[in-house]
Amino acid sequence: MKSLQELEQIKQKTLDSVSLRKDRAGGIRIVVGMGTCGIAAGARPVLMSFLEEVQKRNLRDVTITQTGCIGVCRLEPMVEVTRPGEEKVTYVKMTAEKAKRVISEHIVNGKIVNEYTIGAAE
Amino acid sequence: MEFYRSHVLICGGTGCHSSGSSDIREVFQTELKKNHLENEVLLVQTGCFGLCEVGPVVIVYPEGAFYSRITKEDVPRIVSEHLLKGRIVTDLLYHDSIHEDDAIKSLDEVNFYKKQKRLALRNCGVIDPEKIEEYIAFDGYKALGKVLTEMTPEETIELIKASGLRGRGGAGFPTGLKWDFTAKAKGDKKYVCCNADEGDPGAFMDRSVLEGDPHCVLEAMAIAGYAVGADQGYIYVRAEYPIAVKRLTIAIAQARQMGLLGKNIFGTNFSFDIELRLGAGAFVCGEETALMASIEGNRGEPRPRPPFPAVKGVFGKPTLLNNVETYANIPQIILNGPEWFRSIGTEKSKGTKVFALGGKIVNTGLVEVPMGTTLREIIYEIGGGIPGGKEFKAAQTGGPSGGCIPAEHLDTPIDYDSLSEIGSMMGSGGLIVMDNDNCMVDIARFFLDFTVDESCGKCPPCRIGTKRMLEILDRITKGQGEEGDIEKLETLGKNIKASALCGLGQTAPNPILSTIRYFREEYEAHIRDKKCPAGVCQALLQIVIQADLCRGCGLCVKVCPTVAISGERKSPYVIDQNKCIKCGACLEKCPFKAIVKG
Repeated sequence: MKSLQELEQIKQKTLDSVSLRKDRAGGIRIVVGMGTCGIAAGARPVLMSFLEEVQKRNLRDVTITQTGCIGVCRLEPMVEVTRPGEEKVTYVKMTAEKAKRVISEHIVNGKIVNEYTIGAAE
Repeated sequence: MEFYRSHVLICGGTGCHSSGSSDIREVFQTELKKNHLENEVLLVQTGCFGLCEVGPVVIVYPEGAFYSRITKEDVPRIVSEHLLKGRIVTDLLYHDSIHEDDAIKSLDEVNFYKKQKRLALRNCGVIDPEKIEEYIAFDGYKALGKVLTEMTPEETIELIKASGLRGRGGAGFPTGLKWDFTAKAKGDKKYVCCNADEGDPGAFMDRSVLEGDPHCVLEAMAIAGYAVGADQGYIYVRAEYPIAVKRLTIAIAQARQMGLLGKNIFGTNFSFDIELRLGAGAFVCGEETALMASIEGNRGEPRPRPPFPAVKGVFGKPTLLNNVETYANIPQIILNGPEWFRSIGTEKSKGTKVFALGGKIVNTGLVEVPMGTTLREIIYEIGGGIPGGKEFKAAQTGGPSGGCIPAEHLDTPIDYDSLSEIGSMMGSGGLIVMDNDNCMVDIARFFLDFTVDESCGKCPPCRIGTKRMLEILDRITKGQGEEGDIEKLETLGKNIKASALCGLGQTAPNPILSTIRYFREEYEAHIRDKKCPAGVCQALLQIVIQADLCRGCGLCVKVCPTVAISGERKSPYVIDQNKCIKCGACLEKCPFKAIVKG
């Protein structure tokens, strides 16, 4: 160890992976519906795609988690995105490709992908 | 960096380890693989969460779900329900970790954690103790970097002095002053040692720090080395702590590899290295001069002080010796400043203290509270009270060196000075709770039996004096106590305290003196009435069948291992006291509660 900067680099590199363990109020939450209906409709590739993108883009403060059946089984796979201080957005009939777009437009740039939302589907 | 959406923290402290946490980890590994989740879910083995009572403990993030008493059979459910489908397995959660509507409380809302302030234990149960990177992520080694690059040794010592930190090993000597003495001592070579020879029955605070956060001790020792001018450190740790030894060994290797131990740390000309020394289980080696003799490879026997270790310690060189928990506080004091530390605790005792809660208590485990917290808060609010709704009788602090605190002092704020005022001591932090089923004479005998066994035999007051005290106590518990025994115990105790060579002997009479002070009538009952009010001392105990309640069912006859019970069916039975071994089997069996201890 030669300097404090070097220590700080190691810290930053590891911090993202351990920060999950601290109770956090803020941060973006991505919730993937993983009930039987969701899994059958292909929720796993969606989840994996989210994970990959978050990792690739080195995004901080994003929590990816799953939940049971959200209720509208015919629209699965469903994904809910909550940004701090904003209304929850529900995306339906998701795919791995759509997930990538949600990450780049909604998570990174804060622009809701309207055409994928439940409102558009109804 | 790998991104994992979920972290499964499995407690790998000794408590959970012995209730099977390593098997659980293996099952998690296989189950995660089976469900193809191994790249999404990270398994982390951490140190102690503190709630050993409900172990093995598993916490799943990001939800913060606190699973308790997990068995191997529960794991597939947690994986397939929680980790795969996102449905928390509510019935496996710790009962106090959820709200009425099943929503998960955050950890500091749980009663057990609510009043705690975890400083020394801050990383225990949060990081993987076998990964130096995780320690660094939570500001590990930053204090060392700061001290080496921005502060002089004198400034470092002044900072520790200003914090008001006192030694956590028991005596409560001001840490900064100790550092100052060692720094000012003349010598070409100096040593920094860590006392991890935690030997009190019922104490496991230091073990948990070493198991859960070994790097914080290494970092603090390096800081101390810089402050006092030492380049070599020794950690004297009990060989009976295999997990602690293993994690320390790993930690030292990692720190060396990263250049946080070794030559020219942080590019300065400060060099420091640490070696482990394993103790062979002698209690006296927790005494500083005996410990240092043992480090040198000699027989672990104490020697008179002065010279104090700060002047003449390991290999005759000036040596700084602090306890594990003391070291665990150092990095944060450096990072947050002495004012921050002074703001916690009482006027004369700053910071927090870790206690190992044991005995008759619902939440057996490890707790850390600000100094000045009352015993009542620790036992009833954090500890969850006494099982079976029984009444609190006394708490034993300080192990074989400490004393008993009776119910009348439940509201005493705990710090070094208040505890010595009421005849006990802080000690290293063992806290054993007792209810009315505990006999105070027997407790005193238990601790004295321990010290007699552990006395090194070098000085007569301890070697012979404690032995004589034990003989008297033995007689009392066997119903052969005589008038004047209590006074004899008091005189012997006072003389031993005044004349023994080291801390072991000087404090050995404390458990007896304090129980006499608060429970004299219990001693008198043993001596005069030949009765043990708590029903513990077997020789003073009679198990009798109350004729008016006995229906003559004969169940007791069947369970009696010594055929001591006789009589006719449907008429009251009788116990032959000469044959009875007081095992209590009949007592539990009797459906009419006709059999009593008396």
